[in-house]
Amino acid sequence: MTTNQERLTLQQGAPPDAEALLASMLRIRLFEDEIMGLFTKQLVRGSTHLCQGQEAVTVGVASSLRDGDTVVCTYRGHGAVLAMGAELDASFGEIMGRSGGLCKGRGGSMHLTDVARGVLGSNAIVGAHLPIAVGAALSAQHLGTGAVSVAFFGDGATNIGAFHESLNMAGIWKLPVLFVIENNQYGEYSPIASTTPIARLADRAASYGMPGVQVDGNDVVAVREAAREAVDRATGGEGPTLLEALTYRHGGHSRADPGAYRPPGELDSWLERDPITALERAMRAGGGAAETRIEQVREAVRTDVAQALERALSWPEPDAEERFEDVYA
Amino acid sequence: MSEKINYRQVIARALADAMDEDPTVLLLGEDVGAAGGAFKTTAGLFERFGPTRVRDTPISEQAIVGAALGAAMTGLRPVADIMFADFAGVCFDQIVNQVAKQRYMSAGQVTVPLVIRMANGAGAGFAAQHSQATENWFLNVPGLKVVVPGTVEDLYGLLRSAVRDDNPVIVCEHKNLFALKGVVPTGDAAFVPIGKASVVRRGKDLTIVATQQMRHRAVEAAEMLAEEGIEATVIDPRTLIPFDDATVVASLSETSRLLVVQESPPGGSWGASLVSRMVTEHFEVFDAPPALLSADETPVPYAAVQEAAWLPTAERIADQARRLVAY
Repeated sequence: MTTNQERLTLQQGAPPDAEALLASMLRIRLFEDEIMGLFTKQLVRGSTHLCQGQEAVTVGVASSLRDGDTVVCTYRGHGAVLAMGAELDASFGEIMGRSGGLCKGRGGSMHLTDVARGVLGSNAIVGAHLPIAVGAALSAQHLGTGAVSVAFFGDGATNIGAFHESLNMAGIWKLPVLFVIENNQYGEYSPIASTTPIARLADRAASYGMPGVQVDGNDVVAVREAAREAVDRATGGEGPTLLEALTYRHGGHSRADPGAYRPPGELDSWLERDPITALERAMRAGGGAAETRIEQVREAVRTDVAQALERALSWPEPDAEERFEDVYA
Repeated sequence: MSEKINYRQVIARALADAMDEDPTVLLLGEDVGAAGGAFKTTAGLFERFGPTRVRDTPISEQAIVGAALGAAMTGLRPVADIMFADFAGVCFDQIVNQVAKQRYMSAGQVTVPLVIRMANGAGAGFAAQHSQATENWFLNVPGLKVVVPGTVEDLYGLLRSAVRDDNPVIVCEHKNLFALKGVVPTGDAAFVPIGKASVVRRGKDLTIVATQQMRHRAVEAAEMLAEEGIEATVIDPRTLIPFDDATVVASLSETSRLLVVQESPPGGSWGASLVSRMVTEHFEVFDAPPALLSADETPVPYAAVQEAAWLPTAERIADQARRLVAY
């Protein structure tokens, strides 16, 4: 098995498509920043769960996927959905409950779905989407489509039964699944060490006959390299992989949570390892006109996000009578 | 295909016919394959369709239902078997939060052509954790259809319709009816539409509505009553969601008396909901307060004498009917 040391990382320099990766991560970062602002303006209902700091995980994995591959993710899923290419305006619109939203305003922040982009759904029950990912992989295997099924989930989900049932089933049937732990160190308000007796969650793969790979989740290149290996394994008929990406949630669990339980200095140390900063640093180290290119990407994304938000804000709320639609086919 | 077949055997026949018809139909569950099913309801399918279409799973109800859901969302038409219906409790989240809601939350981006089979019901001595009428658990979850076939013909026809349906359908197979015999019609006539009740027997004095085991006891009671000059209509709704209110209302317009019989406690049950709808929406048809004859408000007891007492009997149904007619 390839070790972390042998795998390509940002240490070896920025990749040729660094600008695209940067744009994808920035898109998520600025989107989430705007969502935070929309909250304070009471334009987002219920709760929302932001993923600033975790962008390299979803972007790195998504960049390893092909058309036809599918993704399911968590209620902290804006990043995964955007990384798969969902439109910014339709994503904003959904979170604000507007008619032009991805799900016509019926799903909201925790249920972003964009089947055309391969996103089968965002799930608000911890771990419950892992069996669904197994099923998508079962379809791929049975129909011979060659598709890979990805499930993004948090560290906390590794303690729920559906996680174990899903890895076991995918393991026995050698299904093309990539189980991605977005280990952001906290399950809601509880540090992972207080809820889990092992330090390396990837070790849980051993019980289910699959490789367990741990990767720096703030290094978009390292994540992509590890994901590519897993995708190759899956498409080669060798079965699933458990990929643990170590990252950090810059904010609290949800809008009600300032994250005051975090030890002093922890956030600062992770901010120094910010995945976007890390990629930009590698780009600058490569010389050339890096600074200009970075600024161009930043400006383009800023404009895209602002314009998308403006469009979404102009959309009406859905008709109340539409609530009766799509209960049944 | 005019030979008699029993309620247990007809399940494998319906599944085989569905799998013959559509190569995307596959079956998954604990021991459904090589063992032919815990109740032998899938006997012969593994040999005929092979291990990829008839998949033995680990004892993992969440993964069985969830994987079936994911497969249904991506091009297959799976039939998930969770053996004893009581095990629906183990995968309740998958059924009520996942299966039922994927289409709605995504505003129709996904379709869920999924069948979940489960063996429900009391009377066979399986005690409190293997005997429940779990169909009632799903009544308050829009997005699911629930069918409760009580005859061989209805089981075949509803199971075939369920597999063809583009929505999730829970098929409850009553395990105390496995020995019941019947004849399945051929061709399209064998399909029983979901959401259509069956009028089992016609009479002018009262309407008895009952499913599965209770339907048969209701017919028995109606025959006893007929000897006394009381003529009962017996309606088997066959589907609980969507419920065929129209057939019940049409009957009540002739009988003006309603007796609902069910083998579960009354709270949160299909019978209680039916009585409520009939009273609130059709109060004017009644000449007597409608009656709901239910099982006792206890878990299902084990001892033979206790389980027998827990379930409504034909005698108790007849007795309740007499009181209703005399009102």
